[in-house]
Amino acid sequence: MKWERKDILGIKDLSREEILLILDTADSFLEVSTREIKKVPTLRGKTIVNLFFEASTRTRTSFEIAGKRLSADTINISSSTSSVVKGETLIDTARNLEAMNPDVIVIRHSAAGAPQMLAGLIKQSVINAGDGAHEHPTQALLDMMTIRAKKGRLENLRIAIVGDIAHSRVARSNIYGLKTMGAQVAVAGPATMLPRDMERMGVEVHSSLEKALPGADVVMMLRIQVERQHQNIFPSLREYAQRFCLNGKNISLAKPDVLVMHPGPINRGVEIAPEIADGPFSVILDQVTNGVAVRMALLYLLTGGKE
Amino acid sequence: MFPTLGAMKNKRRVVMDAEGIDRSLTRVAYEILEKNKGLDDLVLIGIRTGGVYLAHRLQKKIAAIEGREVPLGILDITLYRDDLSRINKKPRLGKTEIAFSLNNMKVVLVDDVLFTGRTIRAAMDALIDFGRPRLIQLAVLIDRGHRELPIRADFVGKNLPSSLWEEVSVNLTEKNGTDEVVIEPEPEE
Repeated sequence: MKWERKDILGIKDLSREEILLILDTADSFLEVSTREIKKVPTLRGKTIVNLFFEASTRTRTSFEIAGKRLSADTINISSSTSSVVKGETLIDTARNLEAMNPDVIVIRHSAAGAPQMLAGLIKQSVINAGDGAHEHPTQALLDMMTIRAKKGRLENLRIAIVGDIAHSRVARSNIYGLKTMGAQVAVAGPATMLPRDMERMGVEVHSSLEKALPGADVVMMLRIQVERQHQNIFPSLREYAQRFCLNGKNISLAKPDVLVMHPGPINRGVEIAPEIADGPFSVILDQVTNGVAVRMALLYLLTGGKE
Repeated sequence: MFPTLGAMKNKRRVVMDAEGIDRSLTRVAYEILEKNKGLDDLVLIGIRTGGVYLAHRLQKKIAAIEGREVPLGILDITLYRDDLSRINKKPRLGKTEIAFSLNNMKVVLVDDVLFTGRTIRAAMDALIDFGRPRLIQLAVLIDRGHRELPIRADFVGKNLPSSLWEEVSVNLTEKNGTDEVVIEPEPEE
């Protein structure tokens, strides 16, 4: 399997072989972060621009650490400090960045398709770090890496994804990836948070948490976007928590060795009870550690020579 | 068509068989122990992939002589290669597994073929990132010459003068089913 892609825009168009190559490469990178000197000279002289038009701590820091551990120069541009506030369009920002000749541009944007547009405009590699409700490919890759490390495989596992599926790029990327890798996916959430065409993606759809949990090898809890409360998609956080919060009681419906995952940041007591987030089934911090390795793997694979 | 004289010269030649490899490794194991006066603070680091198999064999031979195992680590040098920004497709990255500290240890790097020396340069840079070894020595099964860097081996199974265009392959049972060292013909134009 040889890597041919210039960009990582979504999981939807990745093949099984490509996903496996990324996960294997990421497994090898995991060790670098455990060394006394957590740095390898691989991307010396390369420049990575983190272009974040949306708030992010975890993903942006993770990309920054990944680049630095590979000896690349990483530059962060967030919308509040950039010319975006002065009214510059994405296209103009991109053209100007391109003129400074970076090697990889990592972009997060609230508009679905922004990374795709950018990738078509410039010759540098583009990595999608989350675009609207479309995709968040690096999150799905680190989730798959975490599951594979704990379960030894992805094939034929039963994964329940719970929460606001309709507005979640994490859910969408994970569904594409997990289906490609041969897992079974069930989603659950209030009817207002489930997209209508869900079954066409090949997943089971449930309107209650209790129906999605039985037999689950993995439960992924999504963050409830509290800022959406005013959009009338759920009556109150309390009611949501009563029906969909993963707690010490309902978790016993899943398999005894279930993994509990969450992309962060957590709303404790809303989608996940504190004793579960900090409990023995939780791999939430493994996800964060693996996130750095996955991003190192992508930066490594995308920065080929120019010959 | 009759083979031309050039093609005859370029036939595949076996230059070392299974017994030859085994005897060389036995001698190298003794030499490592002699030079280091035993195996205190000694560790073996095999370079992926051929060097790893050879390091395991040396570990067994040393254990048979001294009755004690030396620690063995595995090093993938891909991230330290000096041609990464020039080659088009990235080589597949293997795992590095060094489960012990290298600080103040005597490290014996093990590889199958010593050629330009660039792999060893990369390996030494990688090792230094794991700590500060007391010393680094190099053991190779084949030294085929043509160095491009000031590097030499401390322990050599066989010196094999070769043409720059020939390919020297070390086949090992663990990897390709047989133990032999082969000079492969120059690729035809």
